[in-house]
Amino acid sequence: MSDPIIQFDHFSFQYHAQSAPTLHDISLSIRKGEKVLICGPSGCGKSTLGHCINGLIPHSYRGESTGRVTVRGRSTAELNIFEISRTVGTVLQDTDGQFVGLTVAEDIAFALENDCVADPALHERVEKAAALVGVETHLSHAPGDLSGGQKQRVSLAGILVDDVEVLLFDEPLANLDPATGKAAIELIDEIQRETGAAVIIIEHRLEDVLHRHVDRVILMGEGRILADVTPDELLAGTLLQRSGIREPLYITALKYAGVRLTADQHPASLDTIRLSEDDKAAVRDWFRRTGAAPEPPDTPTLLQARDIRFAYSNGREALHGLSLTLREGEMSAVVGTNGAGKSTFCKLLCGFETQQAGTLSFAGEDMAALSIKERADRIGYVMQNPNQMISQTMIFDEVALGLRMRRIPEEQVRERVEATLKICGLWPFRNWPVSALSFGQKKRVTIAAILVLEPKLILLDEPTAGQDYRHYTEIMEFLLELNRRGVTVLMVTHDMHLMLEYARRAIVFSDGAVIADAKSAEVLTDGDVISRASLKETSLYALARLCGIEDGRGFVARFIDYEREAAHR
Amino acid sequence: MKPIFNYIDRPSPIHALTGATKLCCLLLWSFAAMLTFDTRFVIALAVLSFVLLRLSMIRLSDVSFLLKLTIFFMLFNNLVLFLFSPQYGVEIYGTKHVLFGSGRFTLTQEQLFYHLNQMLKCFAMVPVVLLFVCTTQPSEFAASLNRIGVKYTVAYSVALALRYIPDIQREYHEISQAQQARGIEMSKKESLVRRLKSASAILIPLILSSMDRIEIISNAMELRGFGKNKKRSWYMARPFRAADWLSMVFCALLLAAAIILNIHNGTRFWNPFL
Repeated sequence: MSDPIIQFDHFSFQYHAQSAPTLHDISLSIRKGEKVLICGPSGCGKSTLGHCINGLIPHSYRGESTGRVTVRGRSTAELNIFEISRTVGTVLQDTDGQFVGLTVAEDIAFALENDCVADPALHERVEKAAALVGVETHLSHAPGDLSGGQKQRVSLAGILVDDVEVLLFDEPLANLDPATGKAAIELIDEIQRETGAAVIIIEHRLEDVLHRHVDRVILMGEGRILADVTPDELLAGTLLQRSGIREPLYITALKYAGVRLTADQHPASLDTIRLSEDDKAAVRDWFRRTGAAPEPPDTPTLLQARDIRFAYSNGREALHGLSLTLREGEMSAVVGTNGAGKSTFCKLLCGFETQQAGTLSFAGEDMAALSIKERADRIGYVMQNPNQMISQTMIFDEVALGLRMRRIPEEQVRERVEATLKICGLWPFRNWPVSALSFGQKKRVTIAAILVLEPKLILLDEPTAGQDYRHYTEIMEFLLELNRRGVTVLMVTHDMHLMLEYARRAIVFSDGAVIADAKSAEVLTDGDVISRASLKETSLYALARLCGIEDGRGFVARFIDYEREAAHR
Repeated sequence: MKPIFNYIDRPSPIHALTGATKLCCLLLWSFAAMLTFDTRFVIALAVLSFVLLRLSMIRLSDVSFLLKLTIFFMLFNNLVLFLFSPQYGVEIYGTKHVLFGSGRFTLTQEQLFYHLNQMLKCFAMVPVVLLFVCTTQPSEFAASLNRIGVKYTVAYSVALALRYIPDIQREYHEISQAQQARGIEMSKKESLVRRLKSASAILIPLILSSMDRIEIISNAMELRGFGKNKKRSWYMARPFRAADWLSMVFCALLLAAAIILNIHNGTRFWNPFL
């Protein structure tokens, strides 16, 4: 076996600003050509581990450390960050934020420019790296013209211009839709085969990463390594359920059916898994046993959009003839690729933009004459990033802002804010500063700040973006609870789990129109819709096929009903 | 929403010049326009600058916001000049042709002529500045700053700031819409105190998210070797061509002409009243 490229030797680290260490006694080695997934819930220290590998720790973020981290046998503390970056190339999580160049070509060239590489080598190497990831036809494009997947390809090319030995990906799937995420994992796999570099992926979306082969999974929790095993061993074991990481859905389904998996069955992927006839029979049996949940009764129409057309001032028509209906008390999802018209539709609902043709009506009333403020009393809009909404220092004031702006007497403000804080589970924090909250809690504050205005419909843009399984569940269960209290919920999302588990209906946008409006289980098993909306077929459907269940769609629906019941038992 | 300060890509001969050439020409041109008050020369410069703007295929509608802003500041500036020294024209030109009024604020032909010159100078310079901004890519701008001796880390920061202006504008727009929905009122109907409070509800999230952005971008740059060496190469750097040399020589001649005119006139002012 070759020497390790990266080695951690009883390494611990504590940020200066923090009261407790973020990493405890980490020992770990990564060898040439290996592919390793570092997995764990938010706050487990996996990003900090990444910073230690690429040298941001100790060179940019200061703190106390014990033990050693070495890159090619030399301690990262003795090397400078530039020397480390010659060996370790990092693709950061936020593909927008790390776009340094004004055009694709310049962004790819950035590292070479800093190395004083002159023409013609400069242009040649940029073209070669661009071709490697398939963006060679976009060299003169600006970042704004690219899709999320293309941006990621450019970031990768910017690393590949140098012959690095380690490629480090920090949450590569965070901002991608399901189909693009799948393509990204395939691309990483191809690049690794072509370059022979070691690949380290930091990600909490286990099932998506395991779409392609991974040598080892390092499972982290509370700053420690909980497991350093093959994916097969991890999935056959029981560690995963306790770690706050979601196991692949097909594994959950197999467990519901009472199948006991072992590592030699290769459960890491549905392509490799070996199920015995008994196992398959158990799955079929479970399907027969469980009943379908009853259909919820029809309720009156709350929101109706008819033949909406809208074009931006630059002439781009974003919506052409969009129609949809939302019923009272529903909890549904709007899905589709970037540019399909989802955010434009939200802007029209809130009155930030006005459609050129078609009507929007709310509870039977045409909304054309309503101002932004009046619409906000009916439809509450929650932005994706809570940091874009929070402006007050104290939680109470933040939630009270909308009421105070409406000049409601302070007495009533207090009453309504307190009631809302209680509903939102923020009552214990009412006198805290917002800055002391976690991301998920901040999200809750922004929802509370909208809820206090008592809208009938809440519109949420990517409510769980960037959240691990535990926080995801927390936010979604909270929304479900609000929904049970009678608030209609419409979510704009890329997240297939969210659609499957929490949305009664999935309304699929493509090219400015609705191409499907059906139960999520139906949408996620419809090949045509899946490809047009850049979604991904759910692994449950593939499992059903594998087990010889003809009604795959029914199987998916049954699984969701069963899980919903299991969750609330 | 239109970006107010941005590169506009059109296939024109001005776009084809290198950034360094344009920066150099901008400096020479501005010095020439600042040096002299010779009305004939300044008119020629002003006419020429609009011809160049035309040549660059930048339409007035592309830059209307900036243009309006400059006209406003120009008028304001002239008003202040008049209020502080209403007889400055008389002082310069040595004659006094009263139009009307009396006392301190007597309006004279000389004063009006002086203001005319001020405005002409403004029209001789502003289009050229707009031309530079609209035809030079921020990264090329950085490369050209670096070429004339500014440290590349500084040059790049400037370019990066320019590049982020549209992003920040967009984010401001998004945040302000969401806050308006919560009842934040920015219109003039509100009192000043409430409007200031409202502004903070938009600016605070904007500042915080910009800080996040800065952290991400500086990490990304450092991880890719920014600041490693004293020098760097530029992907967008282009070799000088004949047109570049010609343009620079032409602008240098303009500056020379301005200096010669001043010496020939014996003063910075051309005096039609004598």
